[in-house]
Amino acid sequence: MHELSIVASLFEIMEEKAQEKGSKTIISVKLQVGKLSGVVPEFLITAFDMYKKGTIAKNATLEIEDIPLTIQCKTCGKTMVLDDFVFICLECGSQDLKTVTGTELLLEKMELEL
Amino acid sequence: MQMKLKIIADEAKNMYNLRLGFIKIMKKKEILVLEDLLGSNKKIASEIRKELTQKGILTINFMSSPGAGKTTLLERIAEHMRPQYHMAVIEGDIETERDAERIRAKGIPAWQIVTGGACHLEAKMIGKLFPKIPPDLDFLFIENVGNLVCPASYDLGENIRCVLLSVPEGDDKPKKYPKAFTTSDCLILTKSDLLSVVPFDSERAQKEALEINPKLTVFMTSSLKDLGIKELVRFFITSRQLFLDKNA
Repeated sequence: MHELSIVASLFEIMEEKAQEKGSKTIISVKLQVGKLSGVVPEFLITAFDMYKKGTIAKNATLEIEDIPLTIQCKTCGKTMVLDDFVFICLECGSQDLKTVTGTELLLEKMELEL
Repeated sequence: MQMKLKIIADEAKNMYNLRLGFIKIMKKKEILVLEDLLGSNKKIASEIRKELTQKGILTINFMSSPGAGKTTLLERIAEHMRPQYHMAVIEGDIETERDAERIRAKGIPAWQIVTGGACHLEAKMIGKLFPKIPPDLDFLFIENVGNLVCPASYDLGENIRCVLLSVPEGDDKPKKYPKAFTTSDCLILTKSDLLSVVPFDSERAQKEALEINPKLTVFMTSSLKDLGIKELVRFFITSRQLFLDKNA
């Protein structure tokens, strides 16, 4: 349950960016959470709703985009989505893979009131 | 009729207020941020790594569930490192100074980070201890809070990350806790002396761990019987030598 620490870092970035734009109200926030980020989206939502009380995002909505685990095989060059955490190329069986997506834990964008 | 009049009156009032600037029309703006939520931790971690590397200190982060045998393994490692190599240990626990006391009893400098509830260590906690770390060290071990999930997300500035899995925990853990295994360099199987009494398929555990991370170096150890520790220590010593050569 380190989602609360993650949300604390999220609010630091959110507040800094809102201040830069001269906004005192955040309307909505969108995150990208990879399958291999080590974070549970449901817990992030709970932590966000707890944390937002009394902040400039007190009425903000949170949207989370789940990013699948995508790899590119360095042997056959194909790119594919892996459903399990078995790092083996589904085409040629190679284990020489590059992770393309799935490790994201990003604040993608937010909507501010100006 | 009355209702209609009220609406007209409200509209007139609004227009009057607008003209005087009493009502601000709400303007929305969407901004693209694309910032890593762990970015500040990563930044501190890379500063730590840079400074320790300059001093010739190899830093090793130990992660596992509680009770996998991290502290006992460190006690054994301390015995094998002596007297040629200097090591120190940072202990992370939710409560108590117990683990640091155990390491100090072996004549090794140890500092306890009591997280007071937090389930993992973060780079800034290591940063706070920085002034205490003697510059003539060869190895700095960080024993993370016992937890196979959360510590995996936090870079502490280590050069080598080890995940420990004890035989009684079961051979099915690598796939259940993929992040800890995919981000590690080493898998240390511990308590191998219990292989004769608990059903643990070490081949399955290794096979599944290597499926999710083919780059893992695997060690089978028993701290109680002092098995496999020599090999592990040799791996750390060689890794340090390689890293010194690389940064020379």
